[in-house]
Amino acid sequence: MIGWIIAIAVVVILVLIYFGLYNSLVKYRNRVEETWAQIDVQLKRRFDLIPNLIETVKGYASHEKETLAKVVEARSMMTQAPADGRSEQMEADNMLTGALKSVFALAESYPDLKANTSFIELQHELATTENKVAYSRQLYNTTVMTYNTKIESVPSNIVAKMGGFTKRDMLATPEEEKVVPKVQF
Amino acid sequence: MLFEQIAANKRKTVFIVLGFFIFVMLVGCAIGILVYNNYLNGLIMAAVIGAIYIAIMIFSSSKVVMTMNRAKEVTSKDQEPVLWDTVESMAMVAGIPMPKVYIVEDPSPNAFATGISPEKGAVAVTRGLLNKLERYELEGVIAHEIAHIRNYDIRLSTIAIALVAVVAILSDLAMRMLFWGSITGGNNNRKSNDNNGGGGAQAIIYIVALIFVILAPIIATAIQFALSRNREYLADATAIELTRNPVGLADALRKIGGDTTKMKQPSAASESIYFTTPSKGEKKTKEKAGWFDSHPPITSRIERLEHM
Repeated sequence: MIGWIIAIAVVVILVLIYFGLYNSLVKYRNRVEETWAQIDVQLKRRFDLIPNLIETVKGYASHEKETLAKVVEARSMMTQAPADGRSEQMEADNMLTGALKSVFALAESYPDLKANTSFIELQHELATTENKVAYSRQLYNTTVMTYNTKIESVPSNIVAKMGGFTKRDMLATPEEEKVVPKVQF
Repeated sequence: MLFEQIAANKRKTVFIVLGFFIFVMLVGCAIGILVYNNYLNGLIMAAVIGAIYIAIMIFSSSKVVMTMNRAKEVTSKDQEPVLWDTVESMAMVAGIPMPKVYIVEDPSPNAFATGISPEKGAVAVTRGLLNKLERYELEGVIAHEIAHIRNYDIRLSTIAIALVAVVAILSDLAMRMLFWGSITGGNNNRKSNDNNGGGGAQAIIYIVALIFVILAPIIATAIQFALSRNREYLADATAIELTRNPVGLADALRKIGGDTTKMKQPSAASESIYFTTPSKGEKKTKEKAGWFDSHPPITSRIERLEHM
Protein backbone atom coordinates (compact mmCIF):
# COMPACT_ATOMS: atom_id res chain seq x y z
CA MET A 1 0.00 0.00 0.00
CA ILE A 2 2.68 2.51 1.08
CA GLY A 3 4.78 1.48 -1.92
CA TRP A 4 1.91 2.40 -4.23
CA ILE A 5 1.42 5.78 -2.60
CA ILE A 6 5.11 6.56 -2.99
CA ALA A 7 5.10 5.45 -6.63
CA ILE A 8 2.07 7.60 -7.44
CA ALA A 9 3.58 10.58 -5.61
CA VAL A 10 6.83 10.25 -7.57
CA VAL A 11 4.93 10.08 -10.87
CA VAL A 12 2.80 13.12 -9.97
CA ILE A 13 5.89 15.12 -8.99
CA LEU A 14 7.70 14.17 -12.22
CA VAL A 15 4.68 15.17 -14.32
CA LEU A 16 4.43 18.51 -12.51
CA ILE A 17 8.15 19.19 -13.07
CA TYR A 18 7.70 18.33 -16.76
CA PHE A 19 4.77 20.73 -17.07
CA GLY A 20 6.70 23.49 -15.34
CA LEU A 21 9.74 23.12 -17.57
CA TYR A 22 7.62 22.84 -20.70
CA ASN A 23 5.71 26.00 -19.84
CA SER A 24 8.87 27.95 -19.15
CA LEU A 25 10.28 26.86 -22.53
CA VAL A 26 7.08 28.06 -24.21
CA LYS A 27 7.40 31.36 -22.35
CA TYR A 28 10.99 31.87 -23.56
CA ARG A 29 10.10 30.90 -27.12
CA ASN A 30 7.26 33.43 -27.12
CA ARG A 31 9.64 36.09 -25.88
CA VAL A 32 11.92 35.37 -28.83
CA GLU A 33 8.96 35.79 -31.20
CA GLU A 34 7.81 38.94 -29.45
CA THR A 35 11.21 40.58 -29.67
CA TRP A 36 11.40 39.68 -33.35
CA ALA A 37 8.03 41.37 -33.85
CA GLN A 38 9.60 44.51 -32.35
CA ILE A 39 12.35 44.53 -34.98
CA ASP A 40 9.69 44.00 -37.63
CA VAL A 41 7.73 47.05 -36.47
CA GLN A 42 10.82 49.24 -36.76
CA LEU A 43 11.79 47.81 -40.15
CA LYS A 44 8.27 48.53 -41.43
CA ARG A 45 8.48 52.10 -40.14
CA ARG A 46 11.74 52.63 -41.91
CA PHE A 47 10.36 51.07 -45.07
CA ASP A 48 7.41 53.50 -45.03
CA LEU A 49 9.61 56.56 -44.55
CA ILE A 50 11.78 55.89 -47.61
CA PRO A 51 9.38 57.07 -50.39
CA ASN A 52 8.98 60.46 -48.66
CA LEU A 53 12.74 60.79 -48.45
CA ILE A 54 13.18 59.94 -52.13
CA GLU A 55 10.54 62.52 -53.10
CA THR A 56 12.15 65.24 -51.00
CA VAL A 57 15.67 64.56 -52.23
CA LYS A 58 14.52 64.33 -55.87
CA GLY A 59 13.25 67.88 -55.76
CA TYR A 60 16.72 69.20 -54.97
CA ALA A 61 19.12 66.70 -56.46
CA SER A 62 17.31 64.99 -59.30
CA HIS A 63 20.49 64.13 -61.18
CA GLU A 64 21.91 62.05 -58.30
CA LYS A 65 19.98 59.11 -59.74
CA GLU A 66 22.53 56.50 -58.84
CA THR A 67 22.46 57.18 -55.12
CA LEU A 68 18.67 57.25 -55.03
CA ALA A 69 18.42 54.09 -57.09
CA LYS A 70 20.51 52.27 -54.49
CA VAL A 71 18.04 53.18 -51.78
CA VAL A 72 15.09 52.06 -53.89
CA GLU A 73 16.87 48.82 -54.67
CA ALA A 74 17.67 48.13 -51.03
CA ARG A 75 14.05 48.87 -50.13
CA SER A 76 12.69 46.44 -52.69
CA MET A 77 15.14 43.80 -51.49
CA MET A 78 13.36 43.92 -48.15
CA THR A 79 10.05 42.99 -49.77
CA GLN A 80 11.69 40.10 -51.58
CA ALA A 81 13.26 38.63 -48.48
CA PRO A 82 11.18 35.64 -47.30
CA ALA A 83 9.02 36.39 -44.27
CA ASP A 84 10.75 33.73 -42.17
CA GLY A 85 14.22 34.46 -43.54
CA ARG A 86 15.41 36.55 -40.67
CA SER A 87 19.04 36.80 -41.70
CA GLU A 88 18.00 37.73 -45.28
CA GLN A 89 15.81 40.50 -43.93
CA MET A 90 18.61 41.80 -41.77
CA GLU A 91 20.99 41.71 -44.71
CA ALA A 92 18.60 43.83 -46.76
CA ASP A 93 18.28 46.16 -43.80
CA ASN A 94 22.05 46.55 -43.57
CA MET A 95 22.16 47.41 -47.26
CA LEU A 96 19.49 50.03 -46.71
CA THR A 97 21.51 51.55 -43.88
CA GLY A 98 24.49 51.91 -46.20
CA ALA A 99 22.39 53.42 -49.00
CA LEU A 100 20.76 55.92 -46.65
CA LYS A 101 24.17 57.02 -45.39
CA SER A 102 25.15 58.03 -48.92
CA VAL A 103 21.89 60.00 -49.34
CA PHE A 104 22.56 61.94 -46.15
CA ALA A 105 26.15 62.51 -47.22
CA LEU A 106 24.77 63.86 -50.50
CA ALA A 107 22.92 66.62 -48.65
CA GLU A 108 26.27 68.13 -47.70
CA SER A 109 26.71 69.38 -51.27
CA TYR A 110 23.14 70.73 -51.53
CA PRO A 111 22.66 73.49 -48.95
CA ASP A 112 19.01 73.98 -49.95
CA LEU A 113 18.24 70.32 -49.33
CA LYS A 114 20.17 70.34 -46.08
CA ALA A 115 18.07 73.26 -44.85
CA ASN A 116 14.73 71.82 -46.00
CA THR A 117 12.58 71.21 -42.90
CA SER A 118 10.94 68.04 -44.11
CA PHE A 119 14.35 66.67 -45.05
CA ILE A 120 15.67 67.45 -41.57
CA GLU A 121 12.64 65.80 -40.02
CA LEU A 122 12.99 62.74 -42.20
CA GLN A 123 16.67 62.50 -41.42
CA HIS A 124 15.91 62.64 -37.71
CA GLU A 125 13.11 60.07 -38.03
CA LEU A 126 15.24 57.68 -40.01
CA ALA A 127 18.17 58.05 -37.65
CA THR A 128 16.01 57.28 -34.59
CA THR A 129 14.38 54.37 -36.34
CA GLU A 130 17.78 52.99 -37.24
CA ASN A 131 18.76 53.35 -33.60
CA LYS A 132 15.67 51.43 -32.59
CA VAL A 133 16.39 48.71 -35.12
CA ALA A 134 19.82 48.35 -33.55
CA TYR A 135 18.39 48.21 -30.03
CA SER A 136 15.65 45.76 -30.92
CA ARG A 137 18.24 43.54 -32.61
CA GLN A 138 20.27 43.61 -29.43
CA LEU A 139 17.22 42.67 -27.37
CA TYR A 140 16.40 39.88 -29.81
CA ASN A 141 19.88 38.43 -29.48
CA THR A 142 19.72 38.56 -25.69
CA THR A 143 16.36 36.78 -25.71
CA VAL A 144 17.59 34.15 -28.16
CA MET A 145 20.61 33.55 -25.95
CA THR A 146 18.41 32.95 -22.90
CA TYR A 147 16.19 30.60 -24.87
CA ASN A 148 19.11 28.65 -26.34
CA THR A 149 20.75 28.33 -22.92
CA LYS A 150 17.50 26.96 -21.56
CA ILE A 151 17.30 24.40 -24.37
CA GLU A 152 20.85 23.22 -23.80
CA SER A 153 20.98 23.07 -20.02
CA VAL A 154 19.89 20.24 -17.72
CA PRO A 155 17.06 19.39 -17.02
CA SER A 156 15.15 21.55 -19.48
CA ASN A 157 17.12 20.06 -22.39
CA ILE A 158 15.27 16.75 -21.90
CA VAL A 159 11.90 18.51 -22.08
CA ALA A 160 13.10 20.57 -25.04
CA LYS A 161 14.00 17.42 -26.95
CA MET A 162 10.67 15.74 -26.15
CA GLY A 163 8.65 18.87 -26.93
CA GLY A 164 10.50 19.64 -30.16
CA PHE A 165 11.98 22.99 -29.12
CA THR A 166 14.79 23.97 -31.45
CA LYS A 167 17.59 26.50 -31.10
CA ARG A 168 17.29 29.88 -32.81
CA ASP A 169 20.02 31.78 -34.59
CA MET A 170 21.26 35.09 -33.32
CA LEU A 171 21.46 38.00 -35.72
CA ALA A 172 25.00 38.64 -36.88
CA THR A 173 26.52 42.10 -36.72
CA PRO A 174 27.36 43.33 -40.24
CA GLU A 175 31.06 43.03 -40.94
CA GLU A 176 31.74 46.69 -41.74
CA GLU A 177 30.32 47.81 -38.39
CA LYS A 178 32.87 45.73 -36.54
CA VAL A 179 35.76 47.57 -38.17
CA VAL A 180 36.84 50.71 -36.37
CA PRO A 181 36.25 53.57 -38.83
CA LYS A 182 39.36 55.28 -40.09
CA VAL A 183 39.34 59.04 -39.70
CA GLN A 184 41.41 60.97 -42.19
CA PHE A 185 42.12 64.67 -42.29
CA MET B 1 20.19 36.94 -18.58
CA LEU B 2 17.86 39.91 -18.80
CA PHE B 3 14.80 38.21 -17.38
CA GLU B 4 16.64 36.04 -14.85
CA GLN B 5 18.17 39.15 -13.33
CA ILE B 6 14.73 40.62 -12.79
CA ALA B 7 13.56 37.44 -11.10
CA ALA B 8 16.67 37.40 -8.87
CA ASN B 9 16.08 41.02 -7.93
CA LYS B 10 12.49 40.34 -7.03
CA ARG B 11 13.60 37.48 -4.77
CA LYS B 12 16.28 39.63 -3.15
CA THR B 13 13.72 42.34 -2.61
CA VAL B 14 11.50 39.93 -0.72
CA PHE B 15 14.37 38.95 1.62
CA ILE B 16 15.52 42.51 2.24
CA VAL B 17 12.03 43.74 2.91
CA LEU B 18 11.45 40.77 5.21
CA GLY B 19 14.61 41.59 7.16
CA PHE B 20 13.65 45.23 7.39
CA PHE B 21 10.17 44.23 8.48
CA ILE B 22 11.56 42.09 11.30
CA PHE B 23 13.64 45.09 12.36
CA VAL B 24 10.50 47.24 12.54
CA MET B 25 8.77 44.55 14.57
CA LEU B 26 11.73 44.45 16.99
CA VAL B 27 11.43 48.20 17.42
CA GLY B 28 7.75 47.62 18.17
CA CYS B 29 8.65 45.02 20.82
CA ALA B 30 11.17 47.36 22.43
CA ILE B 31 8.58 50.12 22.60
CA GLY B 32 6.08 47.70 24.05
CA ILE B 33 8.55 46.79 26.82
CA LEU B 34 9.30 50.44 27.54
CA VAL B 35 5.79 51.88 27.49
CA TYR B 36 3.39 49.06 28.28
CA ASN B 37 5.77 46.59 29.91
CA ASN B 38 4.32 44.14 27.38
CA TYR B 39 6.10 43.50 24.10
CA LEU B 40 2.94 42.28 22.33
CA ASN B 41 1.19 45.67 22.52
CA GLY B 42 4.14 47.38 20.84
CA LEU B 43 4.39 44.66 18.23
CA ILE B 44 0.75 45.05 17.26
CA MET B 45 1.08 48.84 17.17
CA ALA B 46 4.14 48.60 14.88
CA ALA B 47 2.42 46.12 12.58
CA VAL B 48 -0.72 48.25 12.21
CA ILE B 49 1.12 51.54 11.64
CA GLY B 50 3.57 49.83 9.26
CA ALA B 51 0.85 48.18 7.18
CA ILE B 52 -1.15 51.40 6.85
CA TYR B 53 1.89 53.47 5.94
CA ILE B 54 3.20 51.05 3.29
CA ALA B 55 -0.27 50.75 1.77
CA ILE B 56 -0.49 54.54 1.48
CA MET B 57 2.98 54.77 -0.05
CA ILE B 58 2.29 52.05 -2.62
CA PHE B 59 -1.12 53.30 -3.69
CA SER B 60 -0.16 56.94 -3.91
CA SER B 61 0.74 57.15 -7.57
CA SER B 62 3.93 58.41 -9.14
CA LYS B 63 1.95 61.60 -9.83
CA VAL B 64 2.51 62.62 -6.20
CA VAL B 65 6.28 62.33 -6.59
CA MET B 66 6.13 64.27 -9.84
CA THR B 67 4.07 67.08 -8.31
CA MET B 68 6.43 67.17 -5.33
CA ASN B 69 9.33 67.78 -7.71
CA ARG B 70 7.38 70.19 -9.93
CA ALA B 71 7.75 67.97 -12.98
CA LYS B 72 5.67 68.62 -16.10
CA GLU B 73 4.58 65.75 -18.27
CA VAL B 74 5.71 65.57 -21.88
CA THR B 75 2.67 64.20 -23.66
CA SER B 76 3.81 64.03 -27.26
CA LYS B 77 6.95 63.35 -29.19
CA ASP B 78 6.96 66.80 -30.82
CA GLN B 79 7.48 68.63 -27.53
CA GLU B 80 10.86 67.02 -26.76
CA PRO B 81 11.82 64.77 -29.69
CA VAL B 82 15.33 63.86 -28.50
CA LEU B 83 14.24 63.01 -24.96
CA TRP B 84 11.18 61.13 -26.17
CA ASP B 85 13.13 59.03 -28.67
CA THR B 86 15.81 58.19 -26.14
CA VAL B 87 13.29 57.05 -23.54
CA GLU B 88 11.41 55.06 -26.19
CA SER B 89 14.56 53.27 -27.39
CA MET B 90 15.78 52.49 -23.90
CA ALA B 91 12.39 51.16 -22.80
CA MET B 92 12.31 49.01 -25.91
CA VAL B 93 15.70 47.42 -25.36
CA ALA B 94 14.88 46.89 -21.68
CA GLY B 95 11.67 45.13 -22.68
CA ILE B 96 9.34 47.32 -20.60
CA PRO B 97 6.40 49.47 -21.74
CA MET B 98 7.23 53.08 -22.59
CA PRO B 99 7.21 55.03 -19.30
CA LYS B 100 5.69 58.48 -18.97
CA VAL B 101 8.13 61.30 -19.60
CA TYR B 102 8.49 64.39 -17.40
CA ILE B 103 10.64 67.51 -17.39
CA VAL B 104 11.71 69.49 -14.34
CA GLU B 105 12.55 73.09 -15.20
CA ASP B 106 15.80 73.30 -13.27
CA PRO B 107 19.26 74.29 -14.52
CA SER B 108 21.04 71.58 -12.49
CA PRO B 109 21.59 68.37 -14.47
CA ASN B 110 19.73 65.47 -12.85
CA ALA B 111 17.11 62.79 -13.47
CA PHE B 112 14.92 60.32 -11.60
CA ALA B 113 12.40 57.55 -12.13
CA THR B 114 9.30 56.48 -10.22
CA GLY B 115 6.50 53.94 -10.47
CA ILE B 116 6.11 50.79 -8.41
CA SER B 117 5.87 48.57 -11.48
CA PRO B 118 7.17 48.89 -15.06
CA GLU B 119 3.59 49.46 -16.25
CA LYS B 120 3.32 52.54 -14.06
CA GLY B 121 6.84 53.78 -14.67
CA ALA B 122 7.75 57.42 -15.22
CA VAL B 123 11.06 59.10 -16.01
CA ALA B 124 11.84 62.74 -15.27
CA VAL B 125 14.87 64.74 -16.35
CA THR B 126 15.83 68.33 -15.59
CA ARG B 127 16.15 70.97 -18.28
CA GLY B 128 19.80 71.30 -17.27
CA LEU B 129 20.43 67.65 -18.12
CA LEU B 130 18.92 68.06 -21.59
CA ASN B 131 20.93 71.20 -22.28
CA LYS B 132 24.27 70.08 -20.91
CA LEU B 133 24.59 66.47 -22.08
CA GLU B 134 25.41 65.11 -25.50
CA ARG B 135 22.99 62.60 -26.93
CA TYR B 136 25.07 59.50 -26.09
CA GLU B 137 25.50 60.75 -22.53
CA LEU B 138 21.77 61.39 -22.17
CA GLU B 139 21.21 57.85 -23.41
CA GLY B 140 23.40 56.54 -20.58
CA VAL B 141 21.48 58.48 -17.93
CA ILE B 142 18.07 57.45 -19.32
CA ALA B 143 19.27 53.83 -19.49
CA HIS B 144 20.20 54.08 -15.79
CA GLU B 145 16.71 55.35 -14.89
CA ILE B 146 15.00 52.74 -17.09
CA ALA B 147 17.17 50.15 -15.31
CA HIS B 148 15.72 51.30 -11.97
CA ILE B 149 12.21 50.76 -13.34
CA ARG B 150 12.99 47.39 -14.90
CA ASN B 151 14.84 46.08 -11.85
CA TYR B 152 11.89 46.92 -9.58
CA ASP B 153 14.20 49.21 -7.58
CA ILE B 154 11.47 51.76 -7.12
CA ARG B 155 9.10 49.39 -5.37
CA LEU B 156 11.93 48.38 -3.05
CA SER B 157 12.98 51.94 -2.24
CA THR B 158 9.36 52.99 -1.74
CA ILE B 159 8.90 50.26 0.85
CA ALA B 160 12.27 51.09 2.45
CA ILE B 161 11.38 54.77 2.75
CA ALA B 162 8.00 53.84 4.25
CA LEU B 163 9.62 51.53 6.81
CA VAL B 164 12.13 54.21 7.82
CA ALA B 165 9.24 56.61 8.31
CA VAL B 166 7.40 54.03 10.42
CA VAL B 167 10.45 53.49 12.65
CA ALA B 168 10.81 57.26 13.06
CA ILE B 169 7.12 57.67 13.96
CA LEU B 170 7.22 54.76 16.40
CA SER B 171 10.32 55.82 18.29
CA ASP B 172 9.18 59.43 18.39
CA LEU B 173 5.87 58.26 19.83
CA ALA B 174 7.66 56.09 22.40
CA MET B 175 9.96 58.90 23.52
CA ARG B 176 7.00 61.25 23.99
CA MET B 177 5.05 58.66 25.97
CA LEU B 178 8.05 57.97 28.21
CA PHE B 179 8.70 61.70 28.68
CA TRP B 180 5.13 62.48 29.74
CA GLY B 181 5.03 59.36 31.82
CA SER B 182 8.07 60.39 33.86
CA ILE B 183 6.73 63.94 34.35
CA THR B 184 3.31 62.92 35.59
CA GLY B 185 4.89 60.16 37.59
CA GLY B 186 2.08 57.81 36.66
CA ASN B 187 4.22 55.47 34.63
CA ASN B 188 2.56 52.10 34.57
CA ASN B 189 5.57 49.95 33.89
CA ARG B 190 7.63 51.54 36.63
CA LYS B 191 4.89 50.74 39.08
CA SER B 192 4.61 47.18 37.96
CA ASN B 193 8.38 46.91 38.05
CA ASP B 194 8.28 47.95 41.69
CA ASN B 195 5.47 45.57 42.42
CA ASN B 196 7.44 42.72 40.90
CA GLY B 197 10.39 43.61 43.02
CA GLY B 198 12.24 45.08 39.98
CA GLY B 199 14.62 42.28 39.10
CA GLY B 200 18.06 43.17 37.69
CA ALA B 201 17.38 41.27 34.47
CA GLN B 202 14.30 43.32 33.83
CA ALA B 203 16.20 46.55 34.30
CA ILE B 204 18.78 45.41 31.74
CA ILE B 205 16.05 44.56 29.24
CA TYR B 206 14.53 47.98 29.89
CA ILE B 207 17.82 49.79 29.24
CA VAL B 208 18.61 47.74 26.12
CA ALA B 209 15.13 48.45 24.80
CA LEU B 210 15.57 52.17 25.50
CA ILE B 211 18.92 52.32 23.66
CA PHE B 212 17.45 50.34 20.78
CA VAL B 213 14.50 52.72 20.42
CA ILE B 214 16.81 55.74 20.48
CA LEU B 215 19.15 54.26 17.87
CA ALA B 216 16.44 52.67 15.70
CA PRO B 217 15.74 55.65 13.41
CA ILE B 218 19.47 56.06 12.72
CA ILE B 219 19.95 52.35 11.98
CA ALA B 220 16.86 52.30 9.75
CA THR B 221 18.09 55.28 7.74
CA ALA B 222 21.52 53.69 7.37
CA ILE B 223 19.91 50.46 6.07
CA GLN B 224 17.80 52.43 3.61
CA PHE B 225 20.79 54.33 2.23
CA ALA B 226 22.97 51.20 2.03
CA LEU B 227 20.21 49.61 0.00
CA SER B 228 19.95 52.67 -2.21
CA ARG B 229 23.74 52.79 -2.83
CA ASN B 230 23.81 49.13 -3.88
CA ARG B 231 20.94 49.70 -6.27
CA GLU B 232 22.83 52.56 -7.92
CA TYR B 233 25.73 50.28 -8.85
CA LEU B 234 23.30 47.68 -10.15
CA ALA B 235 21.43 50.26 -12.22
CA ASP B 236 24.73 51.50 -13.69
CA ALA B 237 25.59 47.93 -14.67
CA THR B 238 22.16 47.33 -16.19
CA ALA B 239 22.40 50.62 -18.09
CA ILE B 240 25.56 49.35 -19.78
CA GLU B 241 23.83 46.09 -20.58
CA LEU B 242 21.15 48.16 -22.34
CA THR B 243 23.30 50.67 -24.22
CA ARG B 244 26.41 48.51 -24.69
CA ASN B 245 28.34 51.75 -24.30
CA PRO B 246 29.98 52.39 -20.89
CA VAL B 247 31.55 55.61 -22.20
CA GLY B 248 28.18 57.38 -22.42
CA LEU B 249 27.26 56.92 -18.77
CA ALA B 250 30.82 57.51 -17.55
CA ASP B 251 31.08 60.78 -19.50
CA ALA B 252 27.66 61.85 -18.22
CA LEU B 253 28.72 61.14 -14.62
CA ARG B 254 31.94 63.08 -15.11
CA LYS B 255 30.05 66.04 -16.54
CA ILE B 256 27.40 65.98 -13.83
CA GLY B 257 30.04 65.48 -11.12
CA GLY B 258 31.92 68.53 -12.34
CA ASP B 259 28.75 70.61 -12.46
CA THR B 260 28.28 72.80 -9.41
CA THR B 261 24.78 74.06 -10.20
CA LYS B 262 22.59 73.12 -7.26
CA MET B 263 18.97 72.21 -7.68
CA LYS B 264 16.75 75.14 -6.86
CA GLN B 265 14.40 73.34 -4.49
CA PRO B 266 15.15 69.66 -4.29
CA SER B 267 12.46 67.81 -2.41
CA ALA B 268 14.33 66.22 0.49
CA ALA B 269 12.04 63.19 0.67
CA SER B 270 12.90 62.16 -2.87
CA GLU B 271 16.66 62.66 -2.66
CA SER B 272 17.47 58.97 -2.98
CA ILE B 273 15.56 58.54 -6.23
CA TYR B 274 17.62 61.09 -8.14
CA PHE B 275 20.43 60.17 -10.54
CA THR B 276 22.98 61.92 -8.33
CA THR B 277 22.48 63.46 -4.89
CA PRO B 278 20.73 66.75 -5.67
CA SER B 279 21.26 68.74 -2.46
CA LYS B 280 24.95 68.32 -1.76
CA GLY B 281 26.49 70.05 -4.73
CA GLU B 282 29.93 70.38 -3.18
CA LYS B 283 30.13 66.82 -1.88
CA LYS B 284 29.46 65.18 -5.23
CA THR B 285 33.04 64.26 -6.03
CA LYS B 286 34.26 62.94 -2.69
CA GLU B 287 36.08 59.63 -2.56
CA LYS B 288 34.28 57.44 -0.04
CA ALA B 289 30.63 56.81 0.60
CA GLY B 290 29.37 57.81 4.05
CA TRP B 291 26.77 55.84 5.95
CA PHE B 292 24.14 58.43 5.22
CA ASP B 293 24.73 58.95 1.51
CA SER B 294 21.93 57.87 -0.76
CA HIS B 295 24.35 57.47 -3.67
CA PRO B 296 27.86 56.05 -3.99
CA PRO B 297 30.51 58.66 -4.82
CA ILE B 298 30.66 59.55 -8.49
CA THR B 299 34.36 58.71 -8.73
CA SER B 300 33.79 55.11 -7.69
CA ARG B 301 30.80 54.81 -10.02
CA ILE B 302 33.00 55.96 -12.92
CA GLU B 303 35.75 53.62 -11.82
CA ARG B 304 33.42 50.63 -11.90
CA LEU B 305 32.14 51.64 -15.33
CA GLU B 306 35.67 51.83 -16.65
CA HIS B 307 36.30 48.25 -15.56
CA MET B 308 33.29 46.89 -17.42
